[in-house]
Amino acid sequence: MNRTVSFRLNGKPASVTTDDERMLLWVLRSDLGLTGSKFGCGEGLCGACTVVVGDQAVRSCVTPLKSIAGKQVLTIEGLGGDRLNAIQQAFLDHHAFQCGYCTPGMIMQAYALLKKTPRPTREQIVAAMDDNLCRCGSHVRVISAIQQASGDGKAGA
Amino acid sequence: MDNQGFSRREFARFTGAGLFVFFHAGLVRAQEPARLPGRVSAPSDFNAFLKIGEDGRVQCLVGKVELGQGAMTSLAQVLAEELDVAFDSVDVVMGDTDLCPYDMGTFGSMTTPLLAPVVRRAAAEVRAVLLAMASDRLTIPVERLRVKNGVITVADAGGSVSYGRLVEGRRIEKHLADIPVKPVTEFKVIGQSPHRKDALDKVTGKARFAGDQSPSGLLHARVLRPPAHGARRRSVDTSAAEKIPGVRVVNDGDLVAVLHERPDVAAAALEKINADFEPQPATPDNRTIFDHILKTAPPVRTVGQGGDLAEGEKLAAEIVEHSYWHGYGAHAPIETHSATAVVEDGKVTVWASTQAPFMVKDQVARGAGFAPAQVRIISRYVGGGFGGKTMAEQAVDAARLAKLTGRPVQVVWNRADEFSHDPFRPAAVIKVRAGINKAGKITMWDAQIIGAGEREGRPFYAIPHHRTVSAGGWQGGNPPNMHPFDVGPWRAPSVNSITFGRESHIDALAAKGAFDPVEFRLNNLTDARMRRVLETAAKHFGWKPGTTPSGRGVGVACGVYSGACNATMAEIAVAKTGRVEVKRVTVVLDVGVVLNPDGLRQQTEGAVMMGMGYALLEEVRFQGGKVLTRNFDDYQLARFSSLPKIEVVFVDNPQTAALGGGEPPIICMGAALANAVHDATGKRMLELPMTAEKLKATLV
Repeated sequence: MNRTVSFRLNGKPASVTTDDERMLLWVLRSDLGLTGSKFGCGEGLCGACTVVVGDQAVRSCVTPLKSIAGKQVLTIEGLGGDRLNAIQQAFLDHHAFQCGYCTPGMIMQAYALLKKTPRPTREQIVAAMDDNLCRCGSHVRVISAIQQASGDGKAGA
Repeated sequence: MDNQGFSRREFARFTGAGLFVFFHAGLVRAQEPARLPGRVSAPSDFNAFLKIGEDGRVQCLVGKVELGQGAMTSLAQVLAEELDVAFDSVDVVMGDTDLCPYDMGTFGSMTTPLLAPVVRRAAAEVRAVLLAMASDRLTIPVERLRVKNGVITVADAGGSVSYGRLVEGRRIEKHLADIPVKPVTEFKVIGQSPHRKDALDKVTGKARFAGDQSPSGLLHARVLRPPAHGARRRSVDTSAAEKIPGVRVVNDGDLVAVLHERPDVAAAALEKINADFEPQPATPDNRTIFDHILKTAPPVRTVGQGGDLAEGEKLAAEIVEHSYWHGYGAHAPIETHSATAVVEDGKVTVWASTQAPFMVKDQVARGAGFAPAQVRIISRYVGGGFGGKTMAEQAVDAARLAKLTGRPVQVVWNRADEFSHDPFRPAAVIKVRAGINKAGKITMWDAQIIGAGEREGRPFYAIPHHRTVSAGGWQGGNPPNMHPFDVGPWRAPSVNSITFGRESHIDALAAKGAFDPVEFRLNNLTDARMRRVLETAAKHFGWKPGTTPSGRGVGVACGVYSGACNATMAEIAVAKTGRVEVKRVTVVLDVGVVLNPDGLRQQTEGAVMMGMGYALLEEVRFQGGKVLTRNFDDYQLARFSSLPKIEVVFVDNPQTAALGGGEPPIICMGAALANAVHDATGKRMLELPMTAEKLKATLV
């Protein structure tokens, strides 16, 4: 149904008038021009489209727009500011990417993890990240990067 | 000024003051196929271009593409090294057919061995020219000048001038002459691991891929595709789709597409199209394919032979014969094939996810009806290629649709398109009959490689009587009924399948003769570099000699790829479910001089994960031309919970020039894991992938 949906996007108020059954990923990428969140599978199976709603990592490709009304949405574009967020810095320091296509989703998934669990064990990191796919095989570095970011204790800032 | 071979138009884009060097290399040019139909856009005179600007920044334009492998960074290191400038002052511009000189494509681990040496020589020439200019300006002999961070100083005296200052207000054009490059012992930047040039873009989401381009007025297109390869369309009814507000339908012969300003609305509109396709035969399928390709393969050709097989058979105390099967493999990059096309003043610009922008330039020119000079392809960042993004049908579709609609058009394949239209790694059968004597020497080796292609097909063991033949491959030229869909190169083409067969069989021979698998290999290896990587692997892994199966679950494999040597060892456990848990993997490589150790380590870590995928998980299901695999729920990639402890070792080899590192690390994974499964269970798995289902059935 065509409706105006209002929410907070990367700390600022946003509203979109469109069919509110549409998936958040397409609204972000096409209606709002935020292309950092990526399309990978369209069925919530790869994690490339991951954004944070409230304090939960969600797959924006299977999240209807209407479900985020009134909520806080954080995308890769909203992370950091003048300086990189601690997770971004750790991904950069560890070169925790190759092609970089899954990276925004990885970083947002890690952000939600560290919000909830600031000092995760390695097992908790693996469990939280397991449904984010990386074809280049940067897994070992992603784990190291998240460990570094959690050690800094600033990842959720 | 020397501008032989250049048109003024070619020069026009290199405007302004500065020092310009144009260079080409016979080796790089040798990548160009002798006859590539319609390849009218390739200049034959230079392959790269280097500029030092008045601001002292160094810009290098190359036609290669950054796929994630780190070439943007390693080429910058090479330049910084030879020029004696700061790494941060170097910009490498890649993958733009209007800006960059011709390059056939980014594949085959060729950037490092073929392009990097040329870039080095060009940089060395620039440095020599600048030193001569500084010598004139400072009236000091060149021998007394030193360079650091782009500033030339006089040894033991005052006076200095920067590169930027030297070229200020001047335009100097040079063609590459033969200037000696630095010896390995003087390297300061090569061999280091600086921050990747693409790092900041990639951790901030600012890296723009082909599907992230959003020119004003953009329409997103979804193209109607047949349900199976080869299925011809009998009829199409687009009326329901046309009723959706804002939807445009294009029906142009073979191309039926729906377009809308929102990609998801276009996708929904495609669902409203009713089309009838001719039914297709449902055979072969992923179980019968191996018999099928044996029946349909073209005649074999000899890849290598020596001695006399009959003689070798007589010398053998034991003969072992097996057929090894390797199913189709998908590239499965997380970025699907994407393109955004804009037509302006009769010229089309296409941002395309491709490893080969210059090939795609010609593909778009032919397929969408443009003169090659009116086509520009830009492939700045690509979300994984692995051989699957060589040609770019989606770029042709986007260009055609942009021309037909008069609007910018984006085509992004969905995941089912990606699995269905992937040029898969071909299914292959490797048959080996081989014999050993009582001393553990291989006396004969008779191999047939069917379907895989022939790259690195010959055995590298010292075998007196051997023959290897091959039929069919990934390069094309297969009989039309051999594969039910397209096949093509997949990271280290031919070599994953061939190494799986060869090294499984070496292991089977060692087991038959009750020899330790490492000792058995060393007993049959004379190549000093391969012996060294294997011995190094045994040391780092902590290989304990013994006969296999030992119940420990350890396996070894050796392989070669374009001059690089690899020895891989793995330790695994097999669960009752048939699932293989990979505990640790050691990969030892000799790739000559290592330009960027961290970059090569990244490639190797990634290769271990991708190798676990093709060895254990990744299976393409199909019935005839209908690909049943549609998404990541039924095409499993290795993931975080699969991650083993990975140890990566590069043997020091300054005598061999830098070899490519993207492909060599992956080649041994299939055999190392199959051999480890045999060591754990006593069962030799003759087919990849060794899925839990298949392994469980074997163990019962």
